[in-house]
Amino acid sequence: MAFRALLTRRTLAAASGLGPNGGVATSFRGLQTFSLPDLPYDYGALQPAISGEIMQLHHQKHHQAYVTNYNKALEQLHDAMSKGDAPAVVKLQSAIKFNGGGHVNHSIFWKNLAPIQAGGGEPPKGSLGWAIDNNFGSVDALVQKMNAEGAALQGSGWVWLGVDKELKKLVVETTSNQDPLVTKGPSLVPLIGIDVWEHAYYLQYKNVRPDYLKNIWKVINWKYASEVYEKECP
Amino acid sequence: MATATVAATAPLSNGFLLRRGPNEGAKSARGLQWTKNHRQSPSSRRFGAAVITAKFDLKPPPYPLNALEPHMSANTLSFHWGKHHRAYVDNLNKQIVGTELEAKSLEDIVIQTYNNGDLLPPFNNAAQIWNHDFFWESMKPGGGGKPSGELLKLIERDFGSFEKLCEELRAAAATQFGSGWAWLAFNPRPSDGKELLVVKSPNAVNPLVLGYIPLLTIDVWEHAYYLDYQNRRPDYISIFMEKLVSWDAVSAKLEVAKAQAA
Repeated sequence: MAFRALLTRRTLAAASGLGPNGGVATSFRGLQTFSLPDLPYDYGALQPAISGEIMQLHHQKHHQAYVTNYNKALEQLHDAMSKGDAPAVVKLQSAIKFNGGGHVNHSIFWKNLAPIQAGGGEPPKGSLGWAIDNNFGSVDALVQKMNAEGAALQGSGWVWLGVDKELKKLVVETTSNQDPLVTKGPSLVPLIGIDVWEHAYYLQYKNVRPDYLKNIWKVINWKYASEVYEKECP
Repeated sequence: MATATVAATAPLSNGFLLRRGPNEGAKSARGLQWTKNHRQSPSSRRFGAAVITAKFDLKPPPYPLNALEPHMSANTLSFHWGKHHRAYVDNLNKQIVGTELEAKSLEDIVIQTYNNGDLLPPFNNAAQIWNHDFFWESMKPGGGGKPSGELLKLIERDFGSFEKLCEELRAAAATQFGSGWAWLAFNPRPSDGKELLVVKSPNAVNPLVLGYIPLLTIDVWEHAYYLDYQNRRPDYISIFMEKLVSWDAVSAKLEVAKAQAA
C-alpha cells in the first residue's frame, strides 16, 4: 500500500510541493522519474545571509545527488517489486528514505527562502501570524525556539515549523538526516524547514551553526509558509 | 566479510562489553544516574575546597596542524581540532562537573552513557572526544601505502586481500548516511574466527559500544572534509586511504588489542 502511494504522481507532487518545472517525468517504462527543480532566484540572491557558493553547491551537487539516487532507488524498487523479491524491496527502503527524503526536503527548502527584495524576512501576516502568536507567543519566541532546537540537533537533520492538519495546531519538530517531517506524525505538514546539515552552512559559518540560524531568518519566505498554512487551515 | 552498522538505537548484538568499570555499566534502560550528587551553591564549592579543574584536556594531534597538507589543510585542522574537538571537551567537562562521571575514564563514560542505545546527554560529547583523539592518531604525514607484518597477515586472512579491505572501508565511509564514522575494528570473540571487521557508525557512536577494539577510523561528518573537498566525500576518502592513513598506528593498536584479548 505504501508503495502504491509512493508511485502516484499526484501524491508525490503534493508531498514535495513540486510544480510543473523540476517535477516528475515519465520514463519509457512508465515509471515516474524526478528532476532537480529550478530555484526561483539566483544563487547569489540570498547574500549575505547565505553565500552564493553554498547555494550553488547545495542545489547543483547535494540536491542533484538526492534526485539522481532517488530515481536509481525507485528503478531498483520497481524491478524488485515486479520480481516479487521481498528482501530486496525491504533492503531498498533506506535508500528511498535517504534520497527521497532529501529530494522532498530540499524542494521545500528552496521555497522557504526568498531574496529580501522578494519579501524574504518579512514577518508573517494574516492567519499564520495569529496562529504563531497563539501557539508560541510571538514570532520572536518561535524563532528562538527553532534556533535552540536546530543548534542542539546532534549530527545532521532539519528543524521544522509544521502544522498538524488534524489538530490545527502549529508544532516545532526536528528530524534526523533526511527524514521528512511526516515521519514525526502522519498529519504534520511542513511550513518552514531549516537544513542544519553542515553542508548547508559550513563554508560560510564554519562550526558556528547558531550564527547561520540567526541569519537565515532574514531570507525566510513567510509568504509561502502562509499559503501552505491557509490551505491546511482555511 | 559483511560490513556491520552500529545503529544508535539498536540493541547490543552480544552481551559482552570490554573494559567495563566496576559498576558494570548500565543494564536497565534508565539505570544510570548521573545527576549531580551535591546540592551546593557555586560559592560554597570555592570555600576551602580544592580548585575545580577541568577533567579532560584537548589533546593535540601527534603532528603540527599543517603537517597533513595538501591532503587535509591546516585550515581544516584549525576548525576541526581547534573548534569542534575543543567544544566537545569543554562541553563534556561542564556536563560532568559534580557528577559520578567525573571520577571515570573517558572510555568508561562513553560505554556508560551509551546506555545500551538509549543515549544519555554526555554520550555525544564523550564519544566525540574519544573518536577525534583516535582520528588524529589514525593519520600521519606521509601516510598511505600498505600495512605489513602481523596486520597484513590478519587482513589477508579476514578480507582475502588488502585491496578487498580498502574496498570495504571506502564503501563503508561512502555509504554512512549523514554524519558518522567508518572503522577497522578488532573483535576479540569472533563467532566466525574473523577478528578484523569493517564497521560504520552514525553521529558519535563507535565500536567500543559493541565490545570491539577500534584500530582505524575515518571521520565522515561533513565538517571533516567540506572545506577541502566540499560535497566530494569519495575524493576525501580516496586521499585518506592513499595519503593519510597511518598503518603503523593500526599495527600498534592491533598489538595492544591482541595482548588484551589473550
